Amino acid sequence: MAFEKYDFTPITQSIHQALIENVSPLLTTIIEWTIIGVLYLLFIAVFGLFLVYAERKVCAAFQQRLGPMRVGPWGLLQTIADFIKLLMKELITPKSVDKFLYNLAPFIVIIVPFLTISVIPFAPGLQSLDFDIGIFFVTAVSSVGVIGVLLAGWASNNKYSLIGGMRSGAQIVSYELSVGMSLITMVILAGTMQVSEIVELQRGGWFLFKGHIPALIAFTVFVIAGTAETNRGPFDLAEAESELTAGFHTEYSGIKFAFFFLAEYINLFIVAAMATIVFLGGWMPFHFGDWAAFNNVMDFIPGLVWFFLKVFGIIFLIMWFKWTFPRLRIDQILTLEWKYLLPINLFNILLMATMVLLGWHW
Amino acid sequence: MAEFSEKYIITDEIKADEYLVNIGPQHPSTHGVLRLLTRLEGEIVHNVEPHIGYIHSGIEKMTEALSYPQIVHLTDRMDYLSAHMNNEAVCLCVENALQVEVPERVKYIRTIFDELQRLASHQLWWCASGMDLGALTAFFYGLRDREDILDIFEETCGARLTLNYSVPGGVMFDIHPNFQKSVKAFITKFRKKLPEYDKLLTDNIIFQNRTKGVGVLSKEDAIAFGVTGPTGRASGFSCDVRKHHPYSAYPYIKFDEKLGTDGDSFMRWKVRMDEMWESMNIIEQLIDNIPEGDFAVKMKGVIKLPEGEFYQRVESARGEFGVYIVSDGKKNPYRVKFRSPGFSNLFTINHIAKGWKIADLVAIMATFDLVIPDIDR
Repeated sequence: MAFEKYDFTPITQSIHQALIENVSPLLTTIIEWTIIGVLYLLFIAVFGLFLVYAERKVCAAFQQRLGPMRVGPWGLLQTIADFIKLLMKELITPKSVDKFLYNLAPFIVIIVPFLTISVIPFAPGLQSLDFDIGIFFVTAVSSVGVIGVLLAGWASNNKYSLIGGMRSGAQIVSYELSVGMSLITMVILAGTMQVSEIVELQRGGWFLFKGHIPALIAFTVFVIAGTAETNRGPFDLAEAESELTAGFHTEYSGIKFAFFFLAEYINLFIVAAMATIVFLGGWMPFHFGDWAAFNNVMDFIPGLVWFFLKVFGIIFLIMWFKWTFPRLRIDQILTLEWKYLLPINLFNILLMATMVLLGWHW
Repeated sequence: MAEFSEKYIITDEIKADEYLVNIGPQHPSTHGVLRLLTRLEGEIVHNVEPHIGYIHSGIEKMTEALSYPQIVHLTDRMDYLSAHMNNEAVCLCVENALQVEVPERVKYIRTIFDELQRLASHQLWWCASGMDLGALTAFFYGLRDREDILDIFEETCGARLTLNYSVPGGVMFDIHPNFQKSVKAFITKFRKKLPEYDKLLTDNIIFQNRTKGVGVLSKEDAIAFGVTGPTGRASGFSCDVRKHHPYSAYPYIKFDEKLGTDGDSFMRWKVRMDEMWESMNIIEQLIDNIPEGDFAVKMKGVIKLPEGEFYQRVESARGEFGVYIVSDGKKNPYRVKFRSPGFSNLFTINHIAKGWKIADLVAIMATFDLVIPDIDR
């Protein structure tokens, strides 16, 4: 296959070989871990900043504004300037907060995207953690974040924060079900939970097309529930600024606030990436039936580009929601989950299972 | 009366499971320095106690030391979004007291300005309510289209927000030669924009769920609390001063008083949206027929009102705005009382927000269209 030439495996293999031949296996492991850690750190920092910039530009486009234009060309350096400002800001710890939990919360929140991102294959061979329960790992780890949000709300000793934290707890715990269930639907189709294999199985066609009706339902539910799980509008009740000023992170300043902020955007990326991997074929190019010429042209675009194109498409969709819809109320948001999304999901799992059993998928 | 006080009483004891939250004086959805001392159980509102006076500027007292033309300039600092209506109310009160008949041209100009001001005010209300409900994009659309009206104001009288255009006896200057053209251009443009607003919010299912049936104010309660303006009309209380006590050019034109039935937040929203259409109809009836003539009658250098009490009411964008002047025959009034619509409207909030969630309290406040300097004066 033509796009196999963009495989990253030879590069990683040669680095590993060079290390193992020159230094001890223990040192090799340490060096490799360090490299991977630094790369992820860099990626999260840079991509987080870029997403903030993208959101401001997208939002500006919806609101007929220009967005940041002053710092750097087209305001490209604006978020970097903002980040430097956040780094230099005083870290305020209000009186009578639970100091330990107050300081712990932002770290719990920021750890989650670091863990989840490890199973995401950006391109062939560009994945650090590929084990047989990848999908399960993502759903399990992503639910840790809510603890950070609850702690932040509780420890801040602020009633707005408390309400925000409680809202967020109720919301994320509920929507995790839908995210998990829609992923399970696709796992039934794939027959595996290993992320790399799921992507590989979509070589002949993306699961969204392979699984047709149930896959489409699962995709819709996943995008809705994913938006809710990242606490973004119209589900941004946890920080509903017109009701709770800033919700659970009202009392945080400086870099601790930046942690919450960064975590939100990286979680957005992870939701989009999971949707891409499970429904839209990950880094697989778009193929259409037996149009050989068309398919060959598509193959010339590297997997990394495909992956990010799809991710950005979904991120744009989620941003579009945020800048169009008004916010839901807490009881409405729970009604949506427990009365609509969850029954639809359960029915959908049955449908998918029947379909797989009878072989009705492509 | 006993029944009334029991029904609407504000109790300040805190029961178990309840806690107090101060919404305001600095809070994004109070749109100013209003403080709502709210008693909550979880998310559910048990009691709302409005505390006002954070921006009290003593305008009523100040007027006692000022002459009548000077008083006009203070009034647009109260409800700054219906500045022209407030100015006009004082001017009409002084003119009626002196029994001065203003030229027809002045009446027409004032009415057109009234309606333009109402459009501008309702647009700001529209977009700010959208923001309160979490639809941030609406805010920019509203402000963008409001800008056109402010430009028209600026063209004629130099000011955009605090107009100071009406003076006792007429208006300060004649209208700008471009006035009619730019108003007509604005209306043509805005007739296309208004359906867009409906598409963005009014027809949105989330928006309807957030507002329908929320914070119902019955007609009886609306009358009991003295609620006026679009808020009262949404409850079915026919209280349009333009209809019932017409002033300026309102007697010459045909327009509908938009009445609601349900009295919930959605109906308050709908009534204001419909009023924007109606305002455009009113302007269209007047804009081509502005009679020739003077833009003001010559008043005396020092205006002295005869001894007595004078009252004039106008329909501001928020409801009935009243000016009550007690004169002892000097050039300053003995006492002035402004009846501001926001004050009466605000105090229904405890009655109708009880039992709703904190997010609904925000929705109710948004559809009440509160302007805090109007309440505090």
